[in-house]
Amino acid sequence: MGVYREGKYTLKFTNLPVLAGTYTVAGPIEGQGPLGRYFDLVYEDSLLGENTWEKAEVRMLHEAVDGVLKGRNLRASDIDYLIGGDLLNQITASSFAARDLDIPFLGLYSACATFSEALIVSAMMVASGASNRVVAGVSSHHDTAERQFRFPTEFANQRPMTATWTVTGSGACLIEKEEEANKNLPRLSSATLGRVVDAGIKDAYDMGSAMAPAAADTIKRHLEDTRQVPEAYDLIITGDLSRVGKPLVEDLLSQEGIEVMRVLNDCGIIIYDPKQDVHAGGSGAACSALVTGGYLYKELLNGNWNRILLVATGALLSPTTIQQGESIPGIAHAIAIER
Amino acid sequence: MLKASKKEEKRFANMQEKRKPPVPLGSNLIRAFITGGLICVVGQAIMEILKMLGIPPDGAAGPTAAILIVISALLTGFGVYDDIGRFGGMGAALPITGFANAIVSPAMEFKREGFVLGLGARMFTVAGPVLVYGLVTSTVVGFFYYLLKG
Repeated sequence: MGVYREGKYTLKFTNLPVLAGTYTVAGPIEGQGPLGRYFDLVYEDSLLGENTWEKAEVRMLHEAVDGVLKGRNLRASDIDYLIGGDLLNQITASSFAARDLDIPFLGLYSACATFSEALIVSAMMVASGASNRVVAGVSSHHDTAERQFRFPTEFANQRPMTATWTVTGSGACLIEKEEEANKNLPRLSSATLGRVVDAGIKDAYDMGSAMAPAAADTIKRHLEDTRQVPEAYDLIITGDLSRVGKPLVEDLLSQEGIEVMRVLNDCGIIIYDPKQDVHAGGSGAACSALVTGGYLYKELLNGNWNRILLVATGALLSPTTIQQGESIPGIAHAIAIER
Repeated sequence: MLKASKKEEKRFANMQEKRKPPVPLGSNLIRAFITGGLICVVGQAIMEILKMLGIPPDGAAGPTAAILIVISALLTGFGVYDDIGRFGGMGAALPITGFANAIVSPAMEFKREGFVLGLGARMFTVAGPVLVYGLVTSTVVGFFYYLLKG
């Protein structure tokens, strides 16, 4: 038995699945950001020389998966399953990347929380003994997201200060059975699946506020289920709450008597410099994937941290629900990474 | 709380209000004033040049607007006008150059889905409502004008 339930909603893994490798592909703005040097491949042009943004996103995901395989001298046939998703309608970036990869593909969607969802499903696959090696990969692209969710990319609008900037990039992770991997690599130890929480926010330019209640809910339930204090983690990092949503999580948890201020950070805040004119911060499925696969993973290897709780957050909206005046439900899935 | 009740929604909205970044109203207004003003200065300059070239004053407005539209379309194509819009807000959106941008930018964006279902069908996704309600309003006003004058 490799997976069991602890508390109400948390999964504990025995034979801890190993995070055996990561590969990150970043767009130009992400490369210029403060974490630029942590990414494996940075493109200067967000089209990658392709003729559509969508093709560029597919290629980024394909290259991330290729990169993580090359890092361990593996071939596609060594991988049992490819698990991932993206933000495009019908998650076409992932399925089109999978079309050329020749690995059985499981497509997921939890908006920008897709990355932690993919890690959780991969960890379950491996911990249960159903598979030896799984690759989890997600992507997002500023321009494909803009044209689908908002306005044409060259349209001259002024975004409000609560708006976030969709991260262009892709991250892939290799999750391996304990016996296959090096002893000192980080492992995935537990996960808490999030509930869909809707606090009534209707502003599609303020997704940080819309997702904050879901993030607070998942963090609280994870700590309760595993009977831990926030300081049990060196870092609790949310996906893309931005400078608007992160303080709200602190407020919401503080009301419940949980003080996370000292250990809480957000991938969307640290991926860009405030001077980069991205307003409240970064968002998108690739936001947590780039920060985790690039920065967090490398700092875990360096020994700067030992235990991290990644809480990727997703806003489950569509242009149709927004136009019809519906509020924005949020979701957050947590996964603990430790060495 | 999963779907928040009205009371919970209100409590959260209060909390959110305290954490919202302030809207930079002062600088937004100044930037809109400068941007909109400069676009009008350029328009006026074009009009004066046209007049110097011998176009009668009451005939110069049309060509001036056309030239502004061409300039805006070019700037949109070169990827400059969205930066002007981000800086100037309504100062860049309201003049005729903003209207041109609202038509050229979806035309560029959706050309990749073909000339009929992409460019043709979606060119007016942003500007369409302005045209629809502009035409409806002018029809209604024209009708009453006809009645009252007749």
